[in-house]
Amino acid sequence: MKKVKDFLKKASDLFDKVKYKLSHNVVFRSDFEYWTFFNVLKIRVTNKRRQAVIGVSFIFIWIVGYLIFALYPMMYSLYLSFFKVRLAGADIVMSGVGIDNYKAAFLYDPYFVEILIEYVVEMILNVPITIVFALIIAMLINQDIKGKGAWRTVFFLPVIITTGPVIQELMVQGATTLPSIQEYEVIDIVLDNLNSALANPIQALFDTILLVLWFTGIQILIFLAGLQKIDREIYEASMIDGAGPWESFWKITLPSIMPLVSVVIIYTVVSMSVFGLNEVIIYIRNVMLGESTVGTLTTGYGYSAALAWIYFIVMVLLILLFVGAVNIKRRSRR
Amino acid sequence: MSRVISYVKDSIHLLKEKEYQQFGMKMKRLLIGMKFTDGLLYHILVYALLFALGYIYLYPMLYMVTGSFMTMEDIIDVAVKWIPSTLNFENYRIVIEEINYFDALLDAIYLAGVPAISATVSSALIGYGFARFDFPFKKILFVLMIMTFIVPPQITMLPMFRMYSQYDLLGSIKAFLYPAILGQGLNGAIFILIFYQFFRMIPKSLIESAELDGATPLKIFTKIIVPLAVPSIIIVFLFSFVWYYNETYLSGLYLRGSSLLTLPLRVEQYITNFTSIYPEGSRARELMQAVKLAGNVLTLLPLLVLYFFTQRYFVESIDKTGITGE
Repeated sequence: MKKVKDFLKKASDLFDKVKYKLSHNVVFRSDFEYWTFFNVLKIRVTNKRRQAVIGVSFIFIWIVGYLIFALYPMMYSLYLSFFKVRLAGADIVMSGVGIDNYKAAFLYDPYFVEILIEYVVEMILNVPITIVFALIIAMLINQDIKGKGAWRTVFFLPVIITTGPVIQELMVQGATTLPSIQEYEVIDIVLDNLNSALANPIQALFDTILLVLWFTGIQILIFLAGLQKIDREIYEASMIDGAGPWESFWKITLPSIMPLVSVVIIYTVVSMSVFGLNEVIIYIRNVMLGESTVGTLTTGYGYSAALAWIYFIVMVLLILLFVGAVNIKRRSRR
Repeated sequence: MSRVISYVKDSIHLLKEKEYQQFGMKMKRLLIGMKFTDGLLYHILVYALLFALGYIYLYPMLYMVTGSFMTMEDIIDVAVKWIPSTLNFENYRIVIEEINYFDALLDAIYLAGVPAISATVSSALIGYGFARFDFPFKKILFVLMIMTFIVPPQITMLPMFRMYSQYDLLGSIKAFLYPAILGQGLNGAIFILIFYQFFRMIPKSLIESAELDGATPLKIFTKIIVPLAVPSIIIVFLFSFVWYYNETYLSGLYLRGSSLLTLPLRVEQYITNFTSIYPEGSRARELMQAVKLAGNVLTLLPLLVLYFFTQRYFVESIDKTGITGE
């Protein structure tokens, strides 16, 4: 114990010495009033400046990480998307093709546009459903029910179990569709009477309803946190004024958690879009690894970079669409 | 006489009506309650919904667990749907032996735990920097930070892949560790946001009084901020761990062909190897179904255990840590 203390003292002494040397040398000197660089450049130390320096040094690791692991790869892949890239041994051979990669994605690629449209339709159906179910479940377990802990445990399971292979396995084996839903012929009758363009997504929806519900983990948490922040007294006051549960839901609960809906939308769209079993994502990876070929014109890195950027832009548009729709509603209600 | 009788009759009638009314009131009170939300009908509705939704949530779990115990005969037998005829651990034995489960589990915990710890530390520092201090371009940097969450990994994946292969980081934990240390780990933006929200709730006067007593920023962070933030730290670590553990897309790319693999990937690899030996439609393939399910159960088991011990943090801390991002 004493040894440890001695060591710590020595270490802190050393630390202080290093600190002193770092702040009192030719290049940089700091005292109460000025920071001096090279004995020439004097900067007056104000509280604001000191705060800024400390703040930046706290987030410095993030800035470095952002440049290396976010900005550089993004820019590089944008750059690559305008080239035809071939791997020749360890080197890569690039030849500029302008926007041909983007053109090819829309004009020549037999699959990409199709799965992209499928993805958009699926998102437009699934995102509202996810949000509505998350809200319903959050409201249910926010009440005084028996065995609150047990129910919460059940409904937060998806937070734990959203692993790709496991869900894929369950999908293949048919565990993600409810057998009891399919056994009812009502759905078939409804589907038979609908246009196939409308019926197919609905069919798909029933097939993946479980999968959709399993995306609600974090969303339930977010809504639950929001619901618990609403003051109970507001409900009591409205009840005395004669509001029923229906009115108090529309007039109190919903407006209070409306700001959270945008957060949930962004989270849902992103998590569904980057989910490992998403068709588009699988396709992009296969193109990148050269496992699927599109004609002779474009394959490989450059083309898959272009696809990834198109996908990203579609995703951002979807987010804007949903968030915009929610906010327009909010404004008109006021 | 007849008058008396009619009077009695009337009064009985009245009494009955009154009783009937009272009974009706009582029933109404029972079913609907004073304000509907305390009536029986409402409770029935709530519990019915809870059970229905709970069933949907638990269905895959049940399917997986019961299926993993089935023998080959059970799978083929149409009569056996839910409950296996015998409790057999054969499937589990196969998986545990074939993928060397306990070593693989240690690998997986190492692969998830080390980046999760680094991500927790770095995002706490970064979140504190954003929450406490003002500096130029703070707003822009913050927006960029949030944007990193939206960018799909497909965009950054391929240059990163090249970068990693150039610096020989593929097939080792470093491919996950370095981004985590620099605050760019899996869903790093969410964790920074959680800490940011939490640190903003800490009263400034607390920090100012420590400053007056001569504490340096680093000391304030370690002695005051960190002890206060324990619930956030736990929740961030848990989420980070779970996400790293479950990650298959990037790890499938960066760890491909190496001996260090996440548990889901290892099970998947074993199964593809196994199925490729046997022809389509053979008996062994049928058995494979149950083995796969057993593999999945074994993959999830550590997380479930972790979840049962820490679920109160998942449930409660979230209210305190302000994940909501208001």
